Amino acid sequence: MSAAEQALVTADAVPLSLRGPAPKRVVAGYGFWLFLLSDIVIFAALFAAYAVLSGENAGGPTAAELFDKKHVLVETACLLASSVTCGFGSLAVQSGDRTSTYFWMAVTFILGATFLSLEVGEFSHMLSIGAGPSRSAFLSAFFTLVGTHGLHVTLGLCWLIVMLLQVATLGFPPMVRRRFFSFGLFWHALDIVWIGVFTIVYLGAHL
Amino acid sequence: MFGRLTWAAIPFDQPVVMIAAGTVGFVIFCVLALVTVKGWWPYLWREWITSVDHKRIGVMYIFLALLMLVRGFSDAMLMRSQLAMAAGHAHGYLPPEHYDQIFSAHGTIMIFFVAMPFVVGLMNFVLPLQLGVRDVAFPVLNSVSFWLTAAGVLLVNVSLVVGEFARTGWLAYPPLSEIAYSPGVGVDYYLWSLQISGLGTLLSGINLLTTILKLRAPGMGYRQMPIFCWTALASNLLIVASFPILTATFAMLLLDRYGGFHFFTNDLGGNPMMYVNLIWCWGHPEVYILILPAFGVFSEVVATFSGKPLFGRRSMIMATMVICVLSFLVWLHHFFTMGAGADVNAFFGVMTMIIAVPTGVKIFNWLFTLYGGRIRFTVPVLWTIGFMVTFVIGGMTGVLMAIPPADFVLHNSLFLIAHFHNVAIGGVVFGVMAGISYWFPKAFGYTLNERLGKAVFWCWFFGFYLAFMPLYVLGLMGATRRMQHYSNTHWQPLMLVALAGAILILLGIALTGVQLAVSIRQRERNRDVTGDPWNGRTLEWSTPSPPPAWNFSFLPQVDRADAFWAIKQQRGTAQDRNVKRSYQTIQVPRNNPTGFFLAFFAVLLGFSLIWRIWWGAGLGLLGAIAICLIQAWRTDGEVEVPGEKIAAFERLHGPKESLA
Amino acid sequence: MSTEIEAQGVAPGVDVRTQGTRGSYLIGLGYAVILTLASFWASSTDVIYAPGVPILLAVLAIAQMGIHLVFFLHISSAPDQTNNILALAFGIFVVGLLVFGSMIIMAHLNHNMMPMDRLMQMQR
Repeated sequence: MSAAEQALVTADAVPLSLRGPAPKRVVAGYGFWLFLLSDIVIFAALFAAYAVLSGENAGGPTAAELFDKKHVLVETACLLASSVTCGFGSLAVQSGDRTSTYFWMAVTFILGATFLSLEVGEFSHMLSIGAGPSRSAFLSAFFTLVGTHGLHVTLGLCWLIVMLLQVATLGFPPMVRRRFFSFGLFWHALDIVWIGVFTIVYLGAHL
Repeated sequence: MFGRLTWAAIPFDQPVVMIAAGTVGFVIFCVLALVTVKGWWPYLWREWITSVDHKRIGVMYIFLALLMLVRGFSDAMLMRSQLAMAAGHAHGYLPPEHYDQIFSAHGTIMIFFVAMPFVVGLMNFVLPLQLGVRDVAFPVLNSVSFWLTAAGVLLVNVSLVVGEFARTGWLAYPPLSEIAYSPGVGVDYYLWSLQISGLGTLLSGINLLTTILKLRAPGMGYRQMPIFCWTALASNLLIVASFPILTATFAMLLLDRYGGFHFFTNDLGGNPMMYVNLIWCWGHPEVYILILPAFGVFSEVVATFSGKPLFGRRSMIMATMVICVLSFLVWLHHFFTMGAGADVNAFFGVMTMIIAVPTGVKIFNWLFTLYGGRIRFTVPVLWTIGFMVTFVIGGMTGVLMAIPPADFVLHNSLFLIAHFHNVAIGGVVFGVMAGISYWFPKAFGYTLNERLGKAVFWCWFFGFYLAFMPLYVLGLMGATRRMQHYSNTHWQPLMLVALAGAILILLGIALTGVQLAVSIRQRERNRDVTGDPWNGRTLEWSTPSPPPAWNFSFLPQVDRADAFWAIKQQRGTAQDRNVKRSYQTIQVPRNNPTGFFLAFFAVLLGFSLIWRIWWGAGLGLLGAIAICLIQAWRTDGEVEVPGEKIAAFERLHGPKESLA
Repeated sequence: MSTEIEAQGVAPGVDVRTQGTRGSYLIGLGYAVILTLASFWASSTDVIYAPGVPILLAVLAIAQMGIHLVFFLHISSAPDQTNNILALAFGIFVVGLLVFGSMIIMAHLNHNMMPMDRLMQMQR
């Protein structure tokens, strides 16, 4: 048994809450987890607004008229796949494998960018037919909820680029690993929010 | 080129504003000149502005809050004097459109820029010391949080001179706050300064919550944690859970104003009532965010100055966490009259009454702690006793209004104003004042002048009752809030009494300044050489005053609550005073200007957005991103303090018992 | 002393226990795909009792969120995950309260609002 493993065996007897300050990796991960939960509360407020205002189309276009399920299915597939490739990328980061990291994170980026372009396409189509956010309360709520999710995806992609640059310039020091861990949490959480979005907004429209 | 910004934005035609702005500007200029002439900039930059030390940041928060207390209280004096005059045919000296900005600024500043920074500052300073660790979880983020709050402060104060402030009250209800009815920049100043400082507060909540849950001294489990840490845990949990609601709601209002969206407009399907609902989903937890740490201060103070452990420790912790959860179940009591109907009103009315119960448990526990103790009537204890009397009255009027039919009579009357000032001043202000006088010696190494401290307390205490008890009566007589003038001259005597009370509080605030000045002058006389001026019970008193950057040379090994008291009991004589330890190298976070520069770009971004100067906003955003990128590549975040330096410090600052 | 080692920042073994493997991501993907397709099918089929469809969609969505949490975010009942689960539980509490509370309250408020045309009449 290595010294570390030995320490683990004896340390197991002491409850986690009594072991003193947690290591940086745990602290950073937990802090980011809390940040994510706060982000989800923002989405909750937007979901609440959508739930309340979704029927208020002020005589304008309704959800059933506007939303195409096949389009959403493709978007969902992209995002879900990107979650898995992000997971593979995280494994690559943990083992310090540069090439694998670049590959899987690049695939994640492409899938995320595809999702975004599909969404931007949908938005610009809606704007062109006069179904923009200032047309009605329902559309305001829709654009804000889905748009905020899309904004998060955009920020995630920018963050991913920065992270890949950090790998290129700094390698895999603990700081970079912690940040990739946080990025993974972020990216998976976005997919979780998307489950809520496609269920309530898109599938809910056709009920 | 400059969006909506023109020279007309500066109110040259309003003498009151110009004089106030001129005075403040002159004072700021003198201070900056003094600092420059004395060559203090390198010291200030190195030791304070770029500090990521939680103790420094905590002090800066409190300093900021004290400054803003003066600003917020000036608004209060303006309102009180106006109301003392504006009876019957007289109309006072503040026209309605000006008065509206004053009460809006008063509320906004007092809640967001006085109460919040006071409470966050206390938690910042005390938590790592009580938890027996070296700093918070994310020191650089801590600095960012402070400077973002300062950015919000700057924007709100700039609104006095450049443009106008919101006229919509401290919560800016639509449709009045929509662009159609508030086309000026006032509401935008309100929204952007609160979005910026709100982000700071949220980050601070995450920071402190992570600290409490993941960074404690070895052996300090949840049951061994001081009560102040428990109340801070509940408060920060509420911050993390509720501030995002504020952010999202303000974002929706901003989208309405800037993008022509229809969340809360009167037309095209918007629903202004939704704003009221969402904003109070944040608003109610907010008041518990403010009061819970104050409760924590009182717990610490009664235990220390009675020389007894806190009575009912477990029930205290339970009560705290119950209040934390229940605070999310009462928000509708802020809008009983908006028309949700009897069923909904009944539910929230009952929940509001229930939430008074754990608070009652706490009051009894404090009383029973004092009972049978050897009480020392120091300034913190005076604030505590003043709180117990005052807060109970305020709480009772709250439970009174929790009954929906009663609230239908009293909603938005001066009775409501009296109630929330009763609990805010009696609870939050008294708690913060107790905390400041309690922990000041730890922060600065000398105690505050006790006599002046007592004078401050009595001014606040009597001033509060004089200022607000008449308002209860006026509310029952039918007087409403936010009124600039009234026609019933029978109300005027009571308004005059209220003005007298406000003047007494003004005296109290002035005396606080005098107390600080005198205490600084007398500091050698009042030096705290032991680090433990009050015979304290918790770990922060085991450090020198002020503590070194690394707080503890050895992380203390804890095995029970009131850890320091236990150590002192076991110590007995000076036998273990000369224990020779080999001090190991400690990593201390390095200074970092990220927070300051981020706030700079935040101000640029906010100001530009307010005035629709789009290129300025772009610049602010790019600048902020650049600062973040620079920080991302920083690899030298910490500096090492070698063991010899720690040993030298230990030798210099007196024998400290081995805690491990 | 092991507590000293822990206090100085080594967390041996924690890495191994909370990390996923390729397998866990692929299994999660499998479940997620099934649940997603089931949701899309449920919303457009006539086979299911119509008033029950929203509930079914909600169940499928929650199940898929759970899949993500377990297989992608590696939430488990291990002792070092307790804080994560407690935070998540509090988050869910707040989210549920915010969304459902708002829906109930707004429904009541809207119900009691004067009809728009009568309101506009009063403005004239």
